[in-house]
Amino acid sequence: MQYLAPTSVDEVVAALAQADGRARVLAGGTDLLVQMKSDMIAPDILVDIKRIPELREITREGGGWRIGAAVSGAEFNEHADICADWPGLAEAFDLIGSTQVQGRCTLAGNLCNASPAADSVPAMVAADAVARVAGPNGTRDVPVVDIPVGPGKTSLAAGEFITSIFLPARAPRSADAYLRFIPRTEMDIAVASAGVSLTLDDDGSCVAARVALGAVAPTVLLVEKATAALIGTRLEGAALAALAQACESAATPIDDKRGTVEFRKQVVGVLARRAARVAQNRAEERA
Amino acid sequence: MALDEYEKRDFKVVGKRMPRPDAIDKVTGRALYGADMHVPGMLVGKILRSPHAHARIKAIDTSAAEALEGVRAVVTGADFPDIAPGEARNVRDNTMARDKALYDGHAVAAVAATSAAIARKALKLIRVEYEILPHVTEISDAMKPDAPVVQEGFVQENVPEGFSENVISYHQYGHGDLDAGFAQADKVITRRFRTAATHQGYIEPHAALASFGADGTADLWVCTQGHYFVRQLCAEILQMDQAQLRVTASEIGGGFGGKTTCFIEPVALMLSKKAGAPVKLVMTRQEVFRASGPTVSSEIEVRMGMTKDGRITAAEAELHYQGGAFPNITVQFGAMAAFACYDLQAVQTRGYNVLTNRPKQAAYRAPGAPMAIYAVESVVDELCQEFDLDPLEVRLKNAARKGTRASYGPTYPDIGLVATLEAAQAHPHYSAPLGPNQARGVACGFWFNFGGDTSVSLSVDFDGSITVTEGNPDIGGSRVSIAMMAAEELGVPYESVRAVVTDTGSLGHNEVTDGSRVTFAVGLATIKAARAAKREMCRRAAKIWGIDEDAVVWEDGCAKPAGPNAGKFEPLSIKEIAAKSSRTGGPISGHHEVNAEGAGVSFGVHIADVEVDPETGHTKVVRYTVFQDAGKAVHPAYVEGQMQGGAAQGIGWALNEEYIYDEQGRLVNPGFLDYRIPVASDLPYIDAVILEIPNPGHPYGVRGVGETGIVPPLATLSNAVSRAIGRRMYELPMSPPRILKAIKGG
Repeated sequence: MQYLAPTSVDEVVAALAQADGRARVLAGGTDLLVQMKSDMIAPDILVDIKRIPELREITREGGGWRIGAAVSGAEFNEHADICADWPGLAEAFDLIGSTQVQGRCTLAGNLCNASPAADSVPAMVAADAVARVAGPNGTRDVPVVDIPVGPGKTSLAAGEFITSIFLPARAPRSADAYLRFIPRTEMDIAVASAGVSLTLDDDGSCVAARVALGAVAPTVLLVEKATAALIGTRLEGAALAALAQACESAATPIDDKRGTVEFRKQVVGVLARRAARVAQNRAEERA
Repeated sequence: MALDEYEKRDFKVVGKRMPRPDAIDKVTGRALYGADMHVPGMLVGKILRSPHAHARIKAIDTSAAEALEGVRAVVTGADFPDIAPGEARNVRDNTMARDKALYDGHAVAAVAATSAAIARKALKLIRVEYEILPHVTEISDAMKPDAPVVQEGFVQENVPEGFSENVISYHQYGHGDLDAGFAQADKVITRRFRTAATHQGYIEPHAALASFGADGTADLWVCTQGHYFVRQLCAEILQMDQAQLRVTASEIGGGFGGKTTCFIEPVALMLSKKAGAPVKLVMTRQEVFRASGPTVSSEIEVRMGMTKDGRITAAEAELHYQGGAFPNITVQFGAMAAFACYDLQAVQTRGYNVLTNRPKQAAYRAPGAPMAIYAVESVVDELCQEFDLDPLEVRLKNAARKGTRASYGPTYPDIGLVATLEAAQAHPHYSAPLGPNQARGVACGFWFNFGGDTSVSLSVDFDGSITVTEGNPDIGGSRVSIAMMAAEELGVPYESVRAVVTDTGSLGHNEVTDGSRVTFAVGLATIKAARAAKREMCRRAAKIWGIDEDAVVWEDGCAKPAGPNAGKFEPLSIKEIAAKSSRTGGPISGHHEVNAEGAGVSFGVHIADVEVDPETGHTKVVRYTVFQDAGKAVHPAYVEGQMQGGAAQGIGWALNEEYIYDEQGRLVNPGFLDYRIPVASDLPYIDAVILEIPNPGHPYGVRGVGETGIVPPLATLSNAVSRAIGRRMYELPMSPPRILKAIKGG
């Protein structure tokens, strides 16, 4: 196995283009190294992107934030300004792994692992985040929701990799929240999860909302009917019940060792409702 | 029964919280665990395991693996000699399959190679031709007359007719007239319960380093709870004299019963023998789950009658346990323990052991008792609700006490159940207010405890310090307790005593660290070894003084003349006697060998407050208190640790832990991500209240404390959850999907 640690995006693109055999991009390695150690994959070439300076940075861009693909959970959560704008994404990112894993895990890695139960992905989808992809044909921007196409599968073409995640500028009175259900309190994987991002007007009415669900379909789901349930409401009981119903209906989970279809559908509605309430409270506090 | 050992005394060392002798090594990393052993020329061993739940092994072609550069030995079932039926043969066939793979993960071949990468590559080159057979993993399926037969030839004579050949043993206990008893009840209920197989979840995977010499002697370093038993099993499996095999136990990262047998050691020895070089085998976590020994799963039916004032008039239970593809006696313990907490006029238990295509079970803390007592304590709680009676009052009303004829036969001597129940009743926890969605559950628990074969040697070193040599791996703080008992008995400072766990070549036989036996039995032998050393030191003092042996007594750590007539001599300390020992007859040791009886049964009562989220079925344990009789707590912090550890494991068992099999009979959750033991943040502070009702069978009154603590939590949690949601739960684990389904009326 060959290990490369280039210092520029172009070098990574070149390395991936010239790769003879199976190549994998290494950021934190919190999924990749585990899969290698447990004999699930055996790449021929590992391309480490942690030595590329711009991939290690969080920068302001047009009122939004650009987060390098090698920025770790710990670095993100120590960035007070980004956490103030996106408390829901911050809490989702922080749920990944232990303190040790937090020092290595990345948003781009969590996204490319393409698990429907990935904690940061529903929060990113709710945030309308966009991934910047570099590859042999140049650079393109892809909404995060379009990156995973099934468990373990992404829409990235051969030789492509994610260089950053972009979070759009925040309107006033906006906030997000993320909740997951696990049987324990930590060190676990979501049985169902929900990310909600919303914006209130001066009267407290919801003027924009995105609701994304995890672990209840082959990919993270953006639930448009959930948006409709919230827009124009103050998240009263009926609106929240409609939200929960929309999420239950949208969910197409499976029975497995972590939960049943029935359970996941019921709980994902509860989580969306509770997350919406948390986001609302945060948005009101930001006024 | 040895029931006259106890003498009341004022303790100087026993009962204090001394610093543990293994702490610094464990936090600095100096302590050596199983996988830490390295020797020159060592090879890496790896095991190939069956992907099928049940399959005939038609052929194994190892030629390509053997031809691989760096491979030094390949072993299959054909390499092991024939031996007589019995546990060693079962262990042999479990550690390496012969004609059939009996469960997903059953070892079918092993290699030893010069590197891990080569060993892994070699495993992929081994071709196994399987004929897949119908499999059975669930108890009720396995009992049906037309069920696939897991193994033939194990059915005992007394098993009733009408079952498949998987039902191999039957055990019945009890006394009295059930019909008459049930006739006196105001209410009789029959309830069925199921519990899942759970794993001990020790943090250290099994590891062994075997080195077979050209002269036929061998050494084995191993992570185990009982290296003498490992020696016994391996010597029989490899057909060698026990004396030719020396086994050394490493430090141990948890056992809880799961390391009381062999899973890889005979394979490591056989690989080493064939390779002519040392071989180290270390299980992965996945191998630990698939191929070590979880506990049994169970299906239990309990029938109980109660009067409206809370008197149990009769009770019976039928227990069906499966412990995998090989025989075990766990259901016998369950049938004995089920009603051990109660004074019953009419009681009967019937236990059936069933073979399935699952891994061979191993002991897990009070093996067989937690599930049996879960079912019984759930029914008691339901009857308390039926008659609106206080659950502790009802238990007190029916509690076993001194003179009670136990449901499994014996009549109890002094026992601590009533005192434990009274302590629970008086504790502030029992009357504390509860919040919304919260409820309180209580349950009792019991364990027999054990003594067994024990050897201890105590050396008075030339400088007067004391080495206690014992043969039981320290899984729960036994070294500190043993050193404390030696210091107490000799009247010397604790700091001058070191307890060392030695190898099988350095001391007589010691039973496995099991049955909560070590502090009791090794402690008893240590006290008697110290008494022997004191007698010898009195003889040496007599020699120094030139007086009669009988004229010397031992007091406050010194030899003294027995009285004024014995002569006027200054007392001689251990230091002084030790310094002169070479000139007064040689080194001074005391030793003691015993098959210790009188272990003394132990009871516990647990109280739990839970809060159940009515929308998700998630259970949070908000408060937990354990009450348990320790006889005498030699080292209270360790005793509390045992009580807390048992509760933590029982809470996991009650709420989330389970072996999950798919349609093909494959284990789908062989890892800590999906086999969910509680993490620290899942548990409240577990308060531990130690009761001390002296055990008449031990000089200091000690009872074993290691196991009783895991028995009550299953019912304690189930009773609390059932009361919180207003619906009775009958199955473990009470995972959130099950609880939510119950709440929704499913």
